[in-house]
Amino acid sequence: MLAYVFRRLAQSVAVLFVMSLLVFAGVYAVGNPIDILVNPQSDQNEIARATAALGLDRPLFEQYFVFIGHAATGDLGRSFAFNVPAIGLILERMPATLELATAAMLIAVLLGIPLGLWAGLKPRSAAGRTIMAGSILGFSLPTFWVGLMLILVFSVWLGWLPTSGRGPTANLLGIPVSFLTAEGLRHLVLPTANLALFNLSLVIRLTRSGTREAMRQDYVRFARAKGLTETRVVGVHVLRNVLVPVVTVAGVEFGSVIAFAVVTESIFAWPGMGKLLIDSINVLDRPVIVAYLCIVVALFVAINLVVDLAYSWLDPRVRPGEAR
Amino acid sequence: MRRLLRLLVAGSIPWALAAHGAELRVGLAADVTSMDPHFLAIAPNINIAWHVFDALTHVDEDTRLIPGLALSWRAVDATTWEFKLRPGVRFHDGSELTAEDVVFSIERTLKVPNGQYGIFTRRIVGKEVVDAHTLRLKTATPYAMVPYDLNSVFIVSKKAAARSGPEDFDSGKAMVGTGPFRFVRFARGDRVELARNDAYWGAQGGKSAAWEKVTLRIVPTDPARLAGLLSGELDAIEQVPTADLPRIRRDARLNTVQKVSWRTIFFYLDQHRDRAPGLADKAGRPLAQNPFRDLRVRRALSKAINRAAIAGRLMDGAAIPASNLVSPPVFGYAPDLAPETYDPEEAKRLLAEAGYPDGFAMTLSATNNRYVNDEQIAQAVAQMFARVGVRARVETLPLNAYLPKGRKGEFAFAMFGWGSFSADLALRALVATPDPDKGFGAFNWSGYSNRQVDALLERAFASVDEKRREALARDAMRLAMRDHAVIALHHQVATWAMRKPLAYAPRTDEFTLAHQIREK
Repeated sequence: MLAYVFRRLAQSVAVLFVMSLLVFAGVYAVGNPIDILVNPQSDQNEIARATAALGLDRPLFEQYFVFIGHAATGDLGRSFAFNVPAIGLILERMPATLELATAAMLIAVLLGIPLGLWAGLKPRSAAGRTIMAGSILGFSLPTFWVGLMLILVFSVWLGWLPTSGRGPTANLLGIPVSFLTAEGLRHLVLPTANLALFNLSLVIRLTRSGTREAMRQDYVRFARAKGLTETRVVGVHVLRNVLVPVVTVAGVEFGSVIAFAVVTESIFAWPGMGKLLIDSINVLDRPVIVAYLCIVVALFVAINLVVDLAYSWLDPRVRPGEAR
Repeated sequence: MRRLLRLLVAGSIPWALAAHGAELRVGLAADVTSMDPHFLAIAPNINIAWHVFDALTHVDEDTRLIPGLALSWRAVDATTWEFKLRPGVRFHDGSELTAEDVVFSIERTLKVPNGQYGIFTRRIVGKEVVDAHTLRLKTATPYAMVPYDLNSVFIVSKKAAARSGPEDFDSGKAMVGTGPFRFVRFARGDRVELARNDAYWGAQGGKSAAWEKVTLRIVPTDPARLAGLLSGELDAIEQVPTADLPRIRRDARLNTVQKVSWRTIFFYLDQHRDRAPGLADKAGRPLAQNPFRDLRVRRALSKAINRAAIAGRLMDGAAIPASNLVSPPVFGYAPDLAPETYDPEEAKRLLAEAGYPDGFAMTLSATNNRYVNDEQIAQAVAQMFARVGVRARVETLPLNAYLPKGRKGEFAFAMFGWGSFSADLALRALVATPDPDKGFGAFNWSGYSNRQVDALLERAFASVDEKRREALARDAMRLAMRDHAVIALHHQVATWAMRKPLAYAPRTDEFTLAHQIREK
């Protein structure tokens, strides 16, 4: 078990290494960050001075080795645009995104599984059909459009909720969070709904098809024959089997919701990491881009590890590290 | 997208505007990266700095220089400028402003790691504190731009900022200025909160802010910013999308104000190489020579552009056809130049005369995320060129990929935008013969070179007499424009919208200053 965890960690270091190399080369291929960072009023000497100050006049491989050398000591560089350490910049923005992503995934899972179960158990009922129709909508409507519609209806027309921003935050163990204050919660509602919609639909559909499949299985019949109550059949035997694919997808989706919530964050001016990444790409702020992707890779590795461990708990046939 | 915005505007059912007392909430369009006023010289950061800090010289709504922390300034001799500081100005911590703080601020611009304000202070070679309120600055050679350059140098408190890094500005520890607001809080990517400085020196002139508390919200997405205004969550917004202007104007609850911006949109045409990228005849064979080197071709292309149509329809009136490289209020604008008249027949005749009766093919490069409607403008211009027989293939790129390519000379015909305080500054960067040692032609992507223009500019920069300098700058502008060194397209118009009864005196430099927003 422990060996398995270590092997996974070693793999992730290799992934980090390859990723940083790719990002370095990628940003280099787009262009010289100085061209976009420099003040337009600068003359040629000023531009040369700024290039040298950031070490951008050196050959790419040399820049990369300097980066690796610093990275080994935990220093991922200073943002060109913000003039603060890149890692600190990302960590500063992380709570906002984590809060949004967690809230969205909670809604997706806590609403999606019951709704999906319902639709799977009673596929031909009016409620089942409505749930499925709704999930198709949630699946196919672009996030961008839904976000604007939410703002239009709930903020501009009805005036119930704020249009954008994070609102006031309260500290929970030193981390600023929104959900502890009423005003913060009001700011959280629309972005969360917008971000949750897609995953909610996904979870509903997965749960429904899993349920329908499980209901036809022999073990369900045996359970019934044994005289178990329907609640126990569905709540324990069916649900447990249905959850395996749901956990996989929810895990992967949680990662991408954290890393790439950029559309929602942009529309609602939510000061999270996704917006930071796009802003940084726009000005070729390489230290931030590299640090961001390193953190995202680490996050995905961690989530996948948790997902794998969750499997073995849900399905005792699976042993971590065995099946390849 | 446009539809959606219209829906947003049209759909807003009357809301009650709560009386917000003395708080103002403004929606800004671009992200602020740092509070340090001596780090990146980019507009969103400078906009914030103007709320907390002052400079020796300020500019008015027309970008003309007016007294700031300096009451007056004069050239003592050709290389010495003397500034008289305003007496009795106090920093937010109560200490008095002295010449020492000014010297400290000038020196700090050169010391901030990766700071960009050195371009405004590097020419100052000597600083002499005559008394607490008199300062003399020396340059190595006669240099007329010192008062202009110092408009970009924010004065920080020596006491608060000595030994401070950028983090101390972001946290507020070093954010001690003399400006109309005291700094309260910076939440990166979200907002900047400010509180009124009741001891502001401008208060005597009635310029003190009307607001006890100001929140500058950063809302880069256009529809979201607009929705914020419509829902009453924001009191004023900048950069109103042009497509929504007509409807916002009809909304009885809102005021809009507009002003010609200092940003001029123009096209570079490669004139220094025999073969420029993307130029060919219509069969795809490379041309024997670069047609843009022929004045008749440059004039023909300029005449082929219907500027009035672009400004009126494509920009919904938020642009003014340009004849100069600076906009009308700016120092050195030559009012006698008129925008090129649209004349496709004459353009065809000129092309035939230059040896291109069947036209030629070229690539028209432009950004797609930088200037208002940039991509659509490029498409429209390409269609106008097609009408005179020139086939232009439009290639658009985001700014981060566009700028590096432009600097490397990969474009033959390229759109760009520029804003300057004065005509000589704009010409120095855009059309002067490139010369790193003089700082000439840093953005001369055309490779245009005219010794007469260079000489006029050199004389202008050395001339401390403003009248003479303006005359020289105008002459240089006339020469460059007559030569079609670049093809000027239009000046953008900046738009603000706010709830009634708020009013704002719109600014050519596009800054949104909360202390100048007040109730009518």
